[in-house]
Amino acid sequence: MPYSDTLDVRVTDTCLRDGSHAKHHQFTEDEVRSIVRALDDAGMPVIEVTHGDGLGGSSYNYGFSLVDEQVLMKAAVDEAHNAKIAALMLPGLGVKDDISAAHDVGVSVIRIATHCTEADISEQHFKMARELGLETVGFLMMAHTVGPEVLATQARIMADAGCQCVYVVDSAGAMILDDVTDRVSAVVAELGDDAQVGFHGHENLSLSLANTILAIRAGAVQVDGSTRRFGAGSGNTSCEALAAVTERLGICTGLDVLKMVDVAEDVVRPVMESECVLDRLAITMGYAGVYSSFLKHAFRAAERYDVSGAEILMECGRRHLVGGQEDQIIQIAATLAQGS
Amino acid sequence: MDHPSTTSKATAAIVGPGNIGTDLMYKLLRSPHIEPRWMIGVDPDSEGLKRAASEGLEASAEGVDWLLGQPELPDIVFEATSAYVHVRNAPKYREAGIRAVDLTPAARGPFVVPPANLLEHIDEMNVNMVTCGGQATIPMVYAVSRVVPVDYAEIVATVSSASAGPGTRQNIDEFTRTTSKAVEVIGGATKGKAIIILNPAEPPLMMRDTIYCSIPLDADTDAIDASIRSVAAEVATYVPGYHLVADPQFDVPFGNTGRGRVAVFLEVEGAGDFLPPYAGNLDIMTAAATKVGNEIAQRIATKEAV
Repeated sequence: MPYSDTLDVRVTDTCLRDGSHAKHHQFTEDEVRSIVRALDDAGMPVIEVTHGDGLGGSSYNYGFSLVDEQVLMKAAVDEAHNAKIAALMLPGLGVKDDISAAHDVGVSVIRIATHCTEADISEQHFKMARELGLETVGFLMMAHTVGPEVLATQARIMADAGCQCVYVVDSAGAMILDDVTDRVSAVVAELGDDAQVGFHGHENLSLSLANTILAIRAGAVQVDGSTRRFGAGSGNTSCEALAAVTERLGICTGLDVLKMVDVAEDVVRPVMESECVLDRLAITMGYAGVYSSFLKHAFRAAERYDVSGAEILMECGRRHLVGGQEDQIIQIAATLAQGS
Repeated sequence: MDHPSTTSKATAAIVGPGNIGTDLMYKLLRSPHIEPRWMIGVDPDSEGLKRAASEGLEASAEGVDWLLGQPELPDIVFEATSAYVHVRNAPKYREAGIRAVDLTPAARGPFVVPPANLLEHIDEMNVNMVTCGGQATIPMVYAVSRVVPVDYAEIVATVSSASAGPGTRQNIDEFTRTTSKAVEVIGGATKGKAIIILNPAEPPLMMRDTIYCSIPLDADTDAIDASIRSVAAEVATYVPGYHLVADPQFDVPFGNTGRGRVAVFLEVEGAGDFLPPYAGNLDIMTAAATKVGNEIAQRIATKEAV
């Protein structure tokens, strides 16, 4: 079943949210305006704008935002003529008041994220978001860590709480092809007509686009990408490549391929500090199954304590850290330094 | 008399026979000042009620109204239900003249975190134990703020999924709000922020807590370090598994913020009274509540003696 009468699949660009990690949360209002304007013009249906760790993410633990998120979301809403503006929130970090505040500045899609086994902490937030009239999306993060059945059970909790589309989120970029097919299929089978299914990939093992196509074939009707792959770790699925590949496969996303490649090159790239690359640490993250936004934190801690970043990431994997536990990176690095 | 000592002990009821209530019962059974006499629930099939009955407590599934209808009322009630339930119960205890120690994040009474303000509100009819994350982290914020002004403090509490019951899950916003507020009010930070994370790893992880405090550029870091270690040792007197897992980390200056930062890393291993040792988050809550209850009981005993 397609996403709607006009789109087979709806793409959400997350470079102004997931890319926030790669930018150390230093987006300016002008940067947000220029990217939203260009993506809107290229046919991007949804653009997510939030601190990398969601509403309320500005902190010691995740990094302080240069510009208040309210200002950035408001600017995005101003610039978007057709695109909807989305915001991310993580229960335990953000609170319901943050959702209301995002709604007040014109955000129309709220994406509520939990670790893939903890969906029940999001119930009060979905309920409240629906009462506000927001469109709701649920994120089951680090979905590679559990099997399809567990994921389907957790997706059901979100759907019953008011979530309209549950995403299988490969936060670590650790899923390999069939891993995606199996999980998306299980969630689609569980949810039926009750909610849609989505997929959010990372490039850490160089599979994000292939994984995204497999997700679509397994029944996902919403997928994420980041223009120029601007995201945590080695970035997300490239929106411009996704636009080209889906068009060739006859999957309608409404994206204008030639405009998208221009946006990526001329508008998004200049905002990035550097390209998101498949370097040593990024591949280690996919290999060890570590949350992608740990990358910059691990890099900084490795420098500060003069220890190996790859060793820090492997230890994060051994400790089964989940999204949000950035504090443990410092502790791991300090302990490695004390031990050497 | 079979139990001569009980006459001098304050009597207590535990309301909420779940994990917290049951763990608390074992701690109170060892208390020299408190006799836990009632366990109150609402589900006749509750394991916690059965366990309490087998320990000699009077266990009832008929709720707080049953308790308040008894000819003899407890001196102290420990509320281990949920914020929502305690909001309804608090006025009833007050009306009956029963002192309440509230282990939910309802925050009807003033916050108490033992090393920071154990005795400040000891005569109040209702005191609130903040949250497990608050009990673990606020002592560290207090340790820093008693040495230097702290304009911002942020805590990150990670608990094992297995130790987070339905109360915490359904009320996660209450947890973050109540904890942030107490980081300010009791911790002494001008502004506080709290983050809670659930980690499902198997075997379950010990509770981990990280405390970040913004400190002045000219702060005496040795004095802060010493204060942190001394308060940690004080908490360890009632929560033996409370310990630093790394030296306090100083970044002065911290980036271009114009301030310095100290980061404190803790692990809380539970005593394993009822809950497994990984549930340090629940142990610190019941241990702190027991400590506060013992103080209240001694006050009651002193007053009765006069």
